[in-house]
Amino acid sequence: MPDLNQSSLSEIVKLIKTKKISSLEVTNHFIKNIKKGKKLNSFITTCFDESLKKAKYFDTKGNIDGLLPGVPLAVKDLFCTKGIKTTAGSKILENFIPTYESTVTNNLWKEGAILLGKLNCDEFAMGSSNETSYFGKTINPIAKDLVPGGSSGGSASALAANFTPATIGTDTGGSIRQPASFTGTVGLKPTYGLCSRWGIVAFASSLDQAGPMTKNVEDCALLLEAMSGYDQNDSTSINKKKESYSKNLSTNIKGLKIGIPKEYRVENMPKEIENLWGKGIDILKKSGAKIVDITLPHTKYALPTYYIVAPAEASSNLARYDGVKYGYRSKKGKNLIEMYENTRGEGFGDEVKRRILIGTYVLSSGYYDAYYLKAQKVRKLIKNDFDKCFRNIDAILTPSTPSSAFKVGEKTNDPISMYLNDIFTVPVNLAGIPAISIPAGHDNQGRPLGLQVISKALEEQKILNIAFSMEKDISFKQSFKRWWE
Amino acid sequence: MSIDKNQVKKVAKLSRISLDDNKLQSLSKDLDSILSFVEELNKLDTKKTEPLTSIVNKTLEPRKDTINDGKIKDQILKNSPDKNEEFFIVPKVVE
Repeated sequence: MPDLNQSSLSEIVKLIKTKKISSLEVTNHFIKNIKKGKKLNSFITTCFDESLKKAKYFDTKGNIDGLLPGVPLAVKDLFCTKGIKTTAGSKILENFIPTYESTVTNNLWKEGAILLGKLNCDEFAMGSSNETSYFGKTINPIAKDLVPGGSSGGSASALAANFTPATIGTDTGGSIRQPASFTGTVGLKPTYGLCSRWGIVAFASSLDQAGPMTKNVEDCALLLEAMSGYDQNDSTSINKKKESYSKNLSTNIKGLKIGIPKEYRVENMPKEIENLWGKGIDILKKSGAKIVDITLPHTKYALPTYYIVAPAEASSNLARYDGVKYGYRSKKGKNLIEMYENTRGEGFGDEVKRRILIGTYVLSSGYYDAYYLKAQKVRKLIKNDFDKCFRNIDAILTPSTPSSAFKVGEKTNDPISMYLNDIFTVPVNLAGIPAISIPAGHDNQGRPLGLQVISKALEEQKILNIAFSMEKDISFKQSFKRWWE
Repeated sequence: MSIDKNQVKKVAKLSRISLDDNKLQSLSKDLDSILSFVEELNKLDTKKTEPLTSIVNKTLEPRKDTINDGKIKDQILKNSPDKNEEFFIVPKVVE
């Protein structure tokens, strides 16, 4: 039997298709890994009985022609799964059992995948370290004192530790790309509208996108192909033909023009990250790409814009948690209003409260123009920056994060220092365009570092190809031991 | 612009979130630092800029108003913290 800890998603698909291994064997392997991995706290819920039942069924009667035939997968606990608890990492949804399935997860099951369980995340995807989850922090498999990043931290941790051959996360301001960078894995945030938002617990609706998190670029293309597609249940879903990203994957990037934005050369950027960026540029040049200096002048306004727009949308999205139809309800309170206030006071964690309060404040009468409207105008300027650049270039190369994975507890007392983590990832969400983070090296403490490739809307194939080409030349290797077993 | 404890109290009321005095104190401090962080935007002149209204390049299409699910009352009620066979139960609203 092949060593499944060394196998990619694409390899596992091939092994199952050629009957070299059964779905049940693969499923058992990952369940065994998960059971030995409790120290990482990457799962909120597991559903092994169901997974095994489905794997057995697949081996006798399953359709081998799907993109993910009989492949067990765990997903971020932000996707509604029918009949299986979906918490969004919050106390307020501790016992919520959806009556329906999110479109994106349903797409995976239609291609033959089998659910292993639901992965830990920052509460309502609000956080960059997976420390705001009501179900406890997740640990980075790289080292026991490091955060895996966030908000899709459980996903990144489980993937890097081989608890799942691939996974999906959501990215509102960097929540796929930053944890991918922190764990030495690949993560892609698609164009806004490429993957349906239906059935995903909403955080900031104009920014939220689901995307694949995988061990390599080929897997990323395959999983994006499986999860994306038009959905009439999401009014912002883009109606276009499904693409075969994995079939069209190519390392030929000759002649492509890659922009290097000078504004991303931020103050106090660690030397190692700067060197890594330089290494990426050299690799692209060697593959025949042309390097162009570009300017995205409004980059420094992206984070302040994000921290108005995202909380504003969150404050209205999270108004639905009132303790009436589902979720936690406080026992305290003499009347309906007091019941609401106590339910939300007890049900939400601090970061979620911060964001609801900020959001309510910037939308409130007298402050709307100064904050929210202003931010939407700046958002337009940020989008214009990208639009202008992409008239002359094919893609942009930047570091994924301003630092490698930091220590547990290091940034929890200072919200702003936590927010600064997303400095390179947030502009892409504001502009609605796609970006991929690939592992590109380690810092001197052995922590992974990532590079990000950005393109204009709907050019996922292009950034996948660039990443695929770079991956071959970088040949990144994970260097940690399975210390948690 | 900065935000004081009374303003935070008011916003908490609008947000329907109860906060005890300790929490109010610490959240006021956080909110104040977040708001001064976003002040950065005031350095930009946006008088001639139109606000972004949609990130997707399309008009939202209407769909037919038809019923395509239903008859799952029991499943829906199951998730409620307080219910009887037919209804969600809430504290008394009308005196």
